[in-house]
Amino acid sequence: MSAADAPTIVELSADDVLRARTEAVAKAGVGRKADHLLEVRGLSTHFFTPDGVVQAVDDVSFDVGYGETLGLVGESGCGKSVTALSIARLVPDPPGKIVKGSILFDGIDVLKLNPDDMRKLRGKEIGFIFQDPLTSLNPTLTIGYQIGEAIRQHMGLSEKATQDRTIELLSKVGIPRAKERLKDYPFQFSGGMRQRVMIAIALSCDPKLILADEPTTALDVTIQAQILELIQTLSSEFGTAVLMITHDLGIAAGMCDRVNVMYAGRIVETGTVDELFEEPRMPYAWGLLDSLPRIDDIRGDRLRTIEGLPPLLIKPADACRFNPRCVYARDVCREKEPELTGRGPTGHMARCWATEPEGWIA
Amino acid sequence: MATETLRGGIAKPRPSASLWRDAFGRLRKNKLAMVGLVLVGFVGFIAIFGSILAPYNYQDQDLTAVVANKGQPLPPLTGGHILGTDQIGRDLLSRLMDGARISMSVAIVVQIVVICIGVPIGAMAGWFGGRTDNILMRFTDVMYAFPDLLFIILLTVVFKQTPFGQAMDGLLLVFVAIGLTTWVTVGRLVRGQMLALKETEFVEAARAIGVSDRKIVTRHLLPNGIGPIIVAITLGIPAAILAEATLAYIGIGVQAPRASWGSLINDGQAVIRSSPWLTFFPAVCIAVALISFTFVGDGLRDALDPKLKGKQ
Amino acid sequence: MIRYIARRFLWIIPVLFVVSLITFSLMHAVPGGPWAREKAVPASMVARLNEKYGLDQPVPVQYATWVGNLLQGNLGPSYKFQDRTVNDIVGGGIMTTVQLGLMAFFLAVFVGIPLGVIAALGHNRWPDYTATGISVLGIATPSFVLAILLILLFGVTLRLLPTGGWKGPDTWILPTIALASFPIAIITRYTRASMLEVTRKDYIRTAQSKGVAERAVVTRHMIRNALIPVVTILGPTLAFLVTGSFIIESIFGIPGIGRYYITSIGQHDYGVLMAMTVLYAFVVAFLNVIVDVLYAFIDPRIRFS
Repeated sequence: MSAADAPTIVELSADDVLRARTEAVAKAGVGRKADHLLEVRGLSTHFFTPDGVVQAVDDVSFDVGYGETLGLVGESGCGKSVTALSIARLVPDPPGKIVKGSILFDGIDVLKLNPDDMRKLRGKEIGFIFQDPLTSLNPTLTIGYQIGEAIRQHMGLSEKATQDRTIELLSKVGIPRAKERLKDYPFQFSGGMRQRVMIAIALSCDPKLILADEPTTALDVTIQAQILELIQTLSSEFGTAVLMITHDLGIAAGMCDRVNVMYAGRIVETGTVDELFEEPRMPYAWGLLDSLPRIDDIRGDRLRTIEGLPPLLIKPADACRFNPRCVYARDVCREKEPELTGRGPTGHMARCWATEPEGWIA
Repeated sequence: MATETLRGGIAKPRPSASLWRDAFGRLRKNKLAMVGLVLVGFVGFIAIFGSILAPYNYQDQDLTAVVANKGQPLPPLTGGHILGTDQIGRDLLSRLMDGARISMSVAIVVQIVVICIGVPIGAMAGWFGGRTDNILMRFTDVMYAFPDLLFIILLTVVFKQTPFGQAMDGLLLVFVAIGLTTWVTVGRLVRGQMLALKETEFVEAARAIGVSDRKIVTRHLLPNGIGPIIVAITLGIPAAILAEATLAYIGIGVQAPRASWGSLINDGQAVIRSSPWLTFFPAVCIAVALISFTFVGDGLRDALDPKLKGKQ
Repeated sequence: MIRYIARRFLWIIPVLFVVSLITFSLMHAVPGGPWAREKAVPASMVARLNEKYGLDQPVPVQYATWVGNLLQGNLGPSYKFQDRTVNDIVGGGIMTTVQLGLMAFFLAVFVGIPLGVIAALGHNRWPDYTATGISVLGIATPSFVLAILLILLFGVTLRLLPTGGWKGPDTWILPTIALASFPIAIITRYTRASMLEVTRKDYIRTAQSKGVAERAVVTRHMIRNALIPVVTILGPTLAFLVTGSFIIESIFGIPGIGRYYITSIGQHDYGVLMAMTVLYAFVVAFLNVIVDVLYAFIDPRIRFS
């Protein structure tokens, strides 16, 4: 194994990382056409099922800055995956449909593009990392081909150049002996390595945005850390924005600049990582943070949970969706749904009557 | 588990899902499958009550009527015969009903044979694995290589003169022969399910708690694995009916004067231009039987698909 | 890979051995021996026939002789026609049967697979209904019924095509269609089901997320993977075609070996029956191996294990 094949291992301190990220964000902003890379406004995606219309994503709005890593946090079924799929317009139709809203990507409304133009965006400007590496790769095609597919589709390089770039990508994601492994098939790779391949695919055409849908949920904890670090390093290096979808608060804390908390198809809190973790302003967020086991917990105590289940998203009523499980709920919570309003000067927002300035929680 | 329904009705309780209730609900929504089920029920009804309901006995020859018709079979709706008669005056409708009885018997008995042979062998191969599995699988390889129809013909020819071959007008022999050639599919399926489910985590968990092997098989493996097996058995029915009809067409299996739809077609073929109904109606009966069981089988497959569980 | 192929081919031998054993035993289980007829045959005649055909030898010896003959390509004597061997009777019929079977096979594959793909891609719309409708008709109509109908329609009424025989391409059309109808239906259904399943797979979504053109997603990702399970039924399909052709041959008067199978049943010609059963088994086993090898070529996971 020659030096050129060995994966690069770089040790960075926390300050280094911060500095690198700030530079990357700044670099990404060069030549920008809009204020933010991604501006989602009022996005609503519904699923039309025989049982009724499931409003999986309901009036969701957020921004992703150039080069920024935004976290989308929430439990299973809250709509975070569907949000990402909506941005790339990969929602299965039927039964799903984006019924309302606008998604401005680099100034262009993605929802108004015709399918061909949208296809040109996918893979080239928007990369996707899916959750399950074991099923997300085509078992009958070599991984060299699958990585090169997007390159061939969008970049029009010569065959040799495509191959060179593929080898380079494979090395960058930390797969040793990249050149020989081009001809291998997915089943010859482990789960962690397949996810690295997925990352290579997502990055293959140097996209501006990566949608990472729980990229480490299906992996061992030790591999998780490696993969996340890889994503972070590469996104910093290329100035790529990342929408990191996860149910794991620890991942959100470690990787993201800002975080959106989703519940039942709505964004219920948004802010920087510091704001959210130090001063959450919504009972659901409290519940989430509280439920994390702590090292100083007393042995024998029960784990703390949030009682109850998320609601079915068919015909939600006009009320706070979290209120059945909320210990602080009062009448107003059952009668009218709160809006997403500010909780401070720095863009921290929450959707809760209780924590509003006139609310009953200080 | 459900959350309370509060004022404002936000929190709707999630209905609990059980595999069978789910599946049955899905099946009911499948229009084709429902049509198939109705038809199957209809044919089954005729098969059971045919001898009582039939206007004539399937053997009775209304020779006077034929003679009166210049020696020609009676067309439908003449002389008190709704679907006409054949060359020797036997009422076609009654004979078709007897055919229904034969076909339904094929459907049931063959699958019973298949289950009795295929399930135990497949289960043993899958559960014990190793050498047992190997031996049994080589054995099925041999059965697979045997050209099905030829083997059935061979069997029926060989045993035709024996008491076994004469039982039930030659039907028992046919059933067993067809069953012997078709159990392999079900056997392989059962084995496959066993192998797959044996290694699953919930089986591991059950073992860890100390559940006995027998209970594991009956309470865990069987309910989970039985879906595809039910589908295979259901879809094996049209194949069996077709096999019996084909054999009857070339004169093997059911003995005259019983009227398998296949033999009726053979009989009718000779006079097809002058008396087309003698071929047409049996063909329609076969088609209806084959289609209806196929639709039901398809519907069951879609309904029992575990990937669809919980979703509608 | 070579070892895989070799191993599969070698397995034919023990399988054929068991098949021949079973066939032989069955023949000897016929009550009254091969000479039993409706009218009784005088004992002296039986003894003479037994001697002539070697049936007075102990059973294992008979079996060994029979197998020995088989291996030399001698299919044994006909029990009905005392001066002819099975080879005489069967003769050139084999090529005819194989030709018919292969034609029907290719028709089934080249009609069935596209139909299944079209049905799946146009799921729950008219392409699906049409293709599924065709396949339902194929299942519901036994080959002999279809044969009769085709002869009536094209041969007798419209006088477009010959009603039988095997001279020239226009005699090939109707029998091939009649024979292929059921396999077309099965292959269509299988392909459709497999395609529908593949459509839901995660890697399709990955391909779409790369911005690959829809047509490429279908051909490169969907069809390729969907065909893998379909190939597994091609073996039994071919076997079905080869062994099921005897009915079609009978109806259309085609001089293949299948027709002789039927007549030898009626004539109680056990020599022919035995030999042909083993012959058929050999062809079936051989074709199955070929299909298995094909399967290994398509699915890389099999190739490497």
